Parts: sequence; structure tokens; C-alpha cells
Amino acid sequence: MSEVKKFLYVNRRAPYGTIYAWESLEVILIGAAFDQDVTLAFVDDGVFQLVKDHDTAGIGMKNFTPTYGALGDYDINKIYVEKESLEARGLTIDDLQHLIWEDEDEDWAEKDSIKVVTSSELAKLMGQQDVVLSF
Amino acid sequence: MTMLHTVNKSPFEKDSLTSCLRLSEDGSTILLIEDAIYAALEGTTISDSIKEALKTKKVFALQEDINARGVKNKVIDGIEQVDYAGFVKLVTEHDTVQSWV
Repeated sequence: MSEVKKFLYVNRRAPYGTIYAWESLEVILIGAAFDQDVTLAFVDDGVFQLVKDHDTAGIGMKNFTPTYGALGDYDINKIYVEKESLEARGLTIDDLQHLIWEDEDEDWAEKDSIKVVTSSELAKLMGQQDVVLSF
Repeated sequence: MTMLHTVNKSPFEKDSLTSCLRLSEDGSTILLIEDAIYAALEGTTISDSIKEALKTKKVFALQEDINARGVKNKVIDGIEQVDYAGFVKLVTEHDTVQSWV
């Protein structure tokens, strides 16, 4: 295997109205098999993807959002949500799923995967990546 | 002439709703479906313009799309939720339908 690269997946679309959110999740899971350094960012309408308690029975579509809860098992635990995007949409971190991962270096302690960051913090993070994939 | 306006795009991503609000007459009906149900939420940058519209227009939002997106507890008071049958009823009650796609 060649050197590990830093991959950032930028999610900017609401779920269900278009297929972007689900497709992004599929690509993230496939990418997780390649042992790269993966970071996820949720900005703009992408923050709606992480809202909890989806009930899609009425629209006849699969609720794919429980899969976000499995990301920790794939060693994907750097999930950044832009503060400004949440605020513009009347949301707080309490409206989002509680995503966790287990730190094997600390006796499998459960830790939060989601961090709410400001635009400038996220901009800095984007600047540190080798590859950025946008959905 | 009574007109039903349907909007299906997120108000944070496209200006379909803004155009609909600007170009719909008083007394007309607006139905928010698919990603446009995000316009029905309390506490957003869009909430005030919807509340303003509620003074002169009727605003509905599709329940199934609200539930799918996990936001049923955040819908602005005054916006009536309808199911698919209610959607059909609204269509039959109006002379024309304009889709702000």
C-alpha cells in the first residue's frame, strides 16, 4: 500500500430530495476499506443529513441515516459540522444523531465523533487535505 | 381563479420559494413538498418570510416529507400539514397548479 492520504468528503445536500447524500455515504464506506485518513464535513443543507429520527415510511424511500452510526466502526471518527450552517437552519447539535467511536488506545472509551466548528476552522481543515470529494 | 403553488426545492439552496412568494397573489395557496419542507421550520433564516406570507396566503406542508426528514417538532405554527390525500384534495380545490421546480 502506498502512503496514506488525507481524504475530505464535503456534504452539502439535504437527504431524499436528491441522491447526493446517499451516494456520498456509499462512497465514504467504500473508501473506508482503503485505510486512508478520512474526514467528513457537513455544511449548508448537508447538516440536515445528520438530523435524528428520520421516518421515511411515508415517502417510500430507504432511511439510510442509521448507517452514519456505523461510521465509527470503520474508523471514521472525524466528522465536522459547520456552526454557521446549523444556526441558519435553526438547528443545534442536540438535533443531530449522537455519533460515537471507541478509542482502542484508551481501553475502548466511547468518544464523540461530531465536532461543531466555525467556518474559519473548517476552511483551515480543508486546506490541510490531499484529496477533497464534494457531494 | 384560485391557484395552488407547489415548491419542492430547499430554500437554502435555490430561490424557488422566494420567487413563489414574490409572484403569488394574496389568497393563493402554497404547498411545500420534498426539500421545500425545510422552509416550514421555526428559527431559520427563512422563517420570517414564511410567517409574513402566512398573513395573506395559506401555506401547507406535506407531512410525509416532514417526517422523513425528522423535523416534525419544528414546524411553524400556522402551517397546516397535509398527507398525500390532502395534496390531491388541494389540487382538486384549485383551478390551476403552478410547480416552482
